[in-house]
Amino acid sequence: MRKLIDLLPYEETIQCVQCGYCLPACPTYLTMGTETHSPRGRINLVKMAAEGHLSISDLENPIELCLGCRACETACPSGVQYGKILEGAKEAIYKNKSENISNIKKTAQDALFMKLFPNSQKWTTIADLLWLYQTSGLQKVAHKGNLTKVLPENLSVFEGVMPNVTSPLARRKRPTLFPAVNSEKPIYKVAFFTGCIMDALFEKINRLSMELLSRAGCEVHVIQEQTCCGALHAHAGRKDDSVTLAKKNIEVFESIEVDFIVNNAGGCGALLIEYDHLLAEQGDEWTNRAKAFVKKTKDISQILFDCKVSLNQPVNATVTYQRSCHMTNVQKVTEEPVALLKQIPGIVYKEMENPHMCCGSAGIYNVVNYKESMEVLDEKMIMAKKTDATIVVTTNPGCLLQMKLGVQREGLNEKVRVVHLVELLAAAAGLGE
Amino acid sequence: MEYRKIDGEILGKLKELISDSKRLLTNRQDLASYSYDASFGIYYPEIVIQPNTTQEVSSVVKLANQYHIPVYPRGQATSLSGGPLPVEGGIVLDLSKMDKTLDIIPEDLVAIVTPGVLTENIHKEAEKVGLMYPPDPSSSAVSTIGGNLAENSGGPRGLKYGVTKDYVLGLEVVTPKGEIIQTGGRTVKNVTGYDLTKLIIGSEGTLGIITKAILQLIPKPVTTGTAMAVFDEIIASGEAISKVLTSGICPSKMEIMDQACIQAVEDYQPSGLPVNADAIVLIEVDGHPSAVKAELAQIKEICKQVGAIDVQVARSKSDEAVLWKARKLVSPAITRIKPTKISEDATVPRSKIPEMFKRLKIIREKYDLDLVVFGHAGDGNLHPNIVADKRDKEEMKRVEQAVAEIFEAAIDLGGTLSGEHGIGTMKAPFMSMEFKGVELEMMKLIKDSWDPKNIMNPGKIFPYPGQRFVLEG
Repeated sequence: MRKLIDLLPYEETIQCVQCGYCLPACPTYLTMGTETHSPRGRINLVKMAAEGHLSISDLENPIELCLGCRACETACPSGVQYGKILEGAKEAIYKNKSENISNIKKTAQDALFMKLFPNSQKWTTIADLLWLYQTSGLQKVAHKGNLTKVLPENLSVFEGVMPNVTSPLARRKRPTLFPAVNSEKPIYKVAFFTGCIMDALFEKINRLSMELLSRAGCEVHVIQEQTCCGALHAHAGRKDDSVTLAKKNIEVFESIEVDFIVNNAGGCGALLIEYDHLLAEQGDEWTNRAKAFVKKTKDISQILFDCKVSLNQPVNATVTYQRSCHMTNVQKVTEEPVALLKQIPGIVYKEMENPHMCCGSAGIYNVVNYKESMEVLDEKMIMAKKTDATIVVTTNPGCLLQMKLGVQREGLNEKVRVVHLVELLAAAAGLGE
Repeated sequence: MEYRKIDGEILGKLKELISDSKRLLTNRQDLASYSYDASFGIYYPEIVIQPNTTQEVSSVVKLANQYHIPVYPRGQATSLSGGPLPVEGGIVLDLSKMDKTLDIIPEDLVAIVTPGVLTENIHKEAEKVGLMYPPDPSSSAVSTIGGNLAENSGGPRGLKYGVTKDYVLGLEVVTPKGEIIQTGGRTVKNVTGYDLTKLIIGSEGTLGIITKAILQLIPKPVTTGTAMAVFDEIIASGEAISKVLTSGICPSKMEIMDQACIQAVEDYQPSGLPVNADAIVLIEVDGHPSAVKAELAQIKEICKQVGAIDVQVARSKSDEAVLWKARKLVSPAITRIKPTKISEDATVPRSKIPEMFKRLKIIREKYDLDLVVFGHAGDGNLHPNIVADKRDKEEMKRVEQAVAEIFEAAIDLGGTLSGEHGIGTMKAPFMSMEFKGVELEMMKLIKDSWDPKNIMNPGKIFPYPGQRFVLEG
C-alpha cells in the first residue's frame, strides 16, 4: 500500500511561489481571517505535511473548511492546480481517518455515499416520500407542532427551502426521448445528464431543461442507466468511489452516439469535464474513453446559446446572477448564462459586487460546516441585496438551495425569488410552469 | 542576544491585552501559516496576534519591550525580501485586520488609512472622486498599504510619479517602546523638525509599527495611451528610452521585456508579441487626450530614429489592455519554465541600462541559468528574474552566485541593491557591498536609539556577523 504521505500532491504544491494573489479571491480567508484558511496557507500546509513537518491530521481542519470553490485557481498567476492539491489532501485525510474510525460510523458513511447517491431508485423513493410529506398535510402538521425545530439547525433550516417535488406519477411518465421541436433535422443530438440530487429534488428543472433543449432544436435522449457524477465523493476524499461512478457513466453514455452530453448543474459538470484527470491513473484505455466523454460534456447554457433558443416572453424584473463556482473556475463557462439572461425582454440585469465569490453551499459543506457556511452566505447576501434584484439566478442545485436560505435568513421571502437559470429561460421561451 | 520565550506567564498577560482569544493564534497549523512570505526561508513565530486597534498594538509592544520579546509586523506577506519573516520567533502582529479606515477627503486631496487596507482599494476609492494615488506595486490587489509604507514600494508609475514615500504626509506610529507618536501632518509643506515620516517609510518595520497614514492624492489624468516599440538589438532600446526622456515627454510607464520574456509569454499564451525581437519597450503616456495623441506620435518618431524595427500605437482601450496584459503575463509565463522564481530589483542609473543588460547576459551564460529580464526601464529599476528548481541543490548554488554577481554589477554601474523590494533577510548579507564606509553604522545608531532592546523586526537590514546568502525553504 502507498504511504498516506505519498497521496499528498507534493509536485503541485511546489508550483506555488507564495505571491499571495489568491488571498483576496478566497471566501474563507475573507470570513475566517487567517492565513491558515487561505489558499496559500492550505497549499503550504499540504507541502509541509508532504515534507514530514506536519501530520496528516494537522491538515484536517484547514482542508475540511475549504469550500473547494477554486476561485484561487482563477486568480493564480502561476497556474497552481489547487483542485488537485485539495482532492489529494482530502483523500489522504479520508484514508487516515478510515484507519481510525469506528466500524459502525464507517458503514453508515459508506452506505450514504455508495448506496444512496449512485442509486436512482433510492432517490426516487426519497423524492416520493418528500412529495407525500409536502402534499399530505404532514408538512403543515410538522410546522405547527414545531417538529422541524427538533432537528439540528443545520438540517432543519433546509427543510424550509426544499422545493415542491414532482409527483411520483409525473416522474415515472417522463419520456426518455424528446424530439427536436420546429426543426426537420435536429441541430444536435444530445444526451441529458440528470444528476442524482437534481433529478430527485429538482426534477421539474430537469424536465424543463429537456423541453428547452428540444425547443432549441436538439433531440434529447435520457439514458436510464446513468448514475451520480461522483463529485460529492471526490470532495469527501473518496476518490476510489468517484472513479467507479465515472467509469459507469462513461460506459452508459457510450451506448448511444450523440454530439453532446448536456448537464444543468455547475458542480456535476465540473467533475464530468475532469473525468480525464480523475481516470488518469486507470490506464490508457480509460483515459482515452474519459477524454472522449469530456469533449462532449457541455453546460446547458452553452448549447442553448449556441442553438439561439428563442426567448421572447417578457420577464419584467431586476435580475442578478449568483455564479456556480465550479462552472466559473473549472468549466470556465461564464459568458453564456449572462448573454442568455440579457436576451430576455424586460429584464434589467444587475451584476453583484464580487460576483465570483462563492455562496457557501459547496456540495454538502453547508450541512457539515454550517456556521462557516452561513458566514460566507451573509457576505454574499450583502452584495446580493445591494443590487435590489427581485430574482436571483443560479446554475447549480446547491447554490439554488443556499441562496433560497440566504433570502429566508434576510427575511426577503416575499420580495426575492431564487431560481435556476433554466426556469427563467423556460418562462421566457413560453414553456409553462 | 537571547530573547525571552513566550511561556505560560507571557501568554496569560497577552490574553489580558487581547480579550478575544480568536485573535491569538498558537496552534501548530496557524504558526506554520505565518512562517513564510513570498521570498525564502521558513521561521515559526511563537504566537500570531491580530490587533484591531492602535491601543492593542501599543499594549502588545509595551509588553514585548518589557520582557524582551521580538515583534514582527506583517501585512499580507507578499514581501520578496523577507520583511515580515519572524526570524527570531516571538510575536507576529498580523495587521491585515486593521483595514476598516479608508477615508478620502477630496478637498484636502488626502486619504486617511489604517495599515490593513489593500493598496488597490485606495486606488479605487480615490478614482471615484477623480483623484489618484500613484504608487502602483504590481501586487497592489493583495498588498496592504502598511507593507507598502514599511518597504517604500514602487511600481511602474514610479518613473513619472515617484514612489510610496513621495505620497505620505503624516503617520501614526507605535514606537518600539510602545508609545504612540504622530509624524508629519496633513499639509504638503511641513518643515517643522526632523522628517520622521520619511525616516519611518522604508525602515522595514525596524523602527516602529505604522498604525495610520495620511496619504497625498493627485488629480487623476484624463486618459492614457500606449505604444509598443520593437527592437532587434537591446542596446538600441536603451537609447530610445534616454531619447524619449530628454525630448520633453515624461511617460507614466516605460517597461522593458527581453527576448526570453517575449518567448516565455508567447509559449504560454500567444499574445501576438514579436518573438524575433531582442527586446520590446511598452510606453504609456497620460494626460489630456490631445497631448497623449501628440506625445505618442512623437515617441513613435523617436523610437524609429534610434532603430526600432516596429512601433505600434494602441488604437483603442482594448488594444492597450492587450499590450499591458502581455506585460502582466511575464511572471506566470516564466514560472511555467521552472517552479522557483528568484525576483531581483537591482537598479541602475537610466543611462546604464544597456550596459546592465550586457552584464546580465554574461551572468546568464556563465552560470547557465534561466535568467530573464523585464522591469521598469524608464527609471532604471530592472527585474532580473531567475527561474530554477529549489529541490536542485546544485542549481541553487549557481543561483546564489549569480545573484551576488547581479548585485556587484548594479553597484559597479553606480546603482543599488534594491529599488523597491527592500533589504529584509534576502539582501542583508550584501549591505557591505554597497556601504563601504560608516554608513551602515550610522543607520545602526538610529536603530539602537529608537529600539535599544532590538525587539522591532530584528534580523532585517543589518546582517548578522558572518551572515551568508543562502536560498532555501
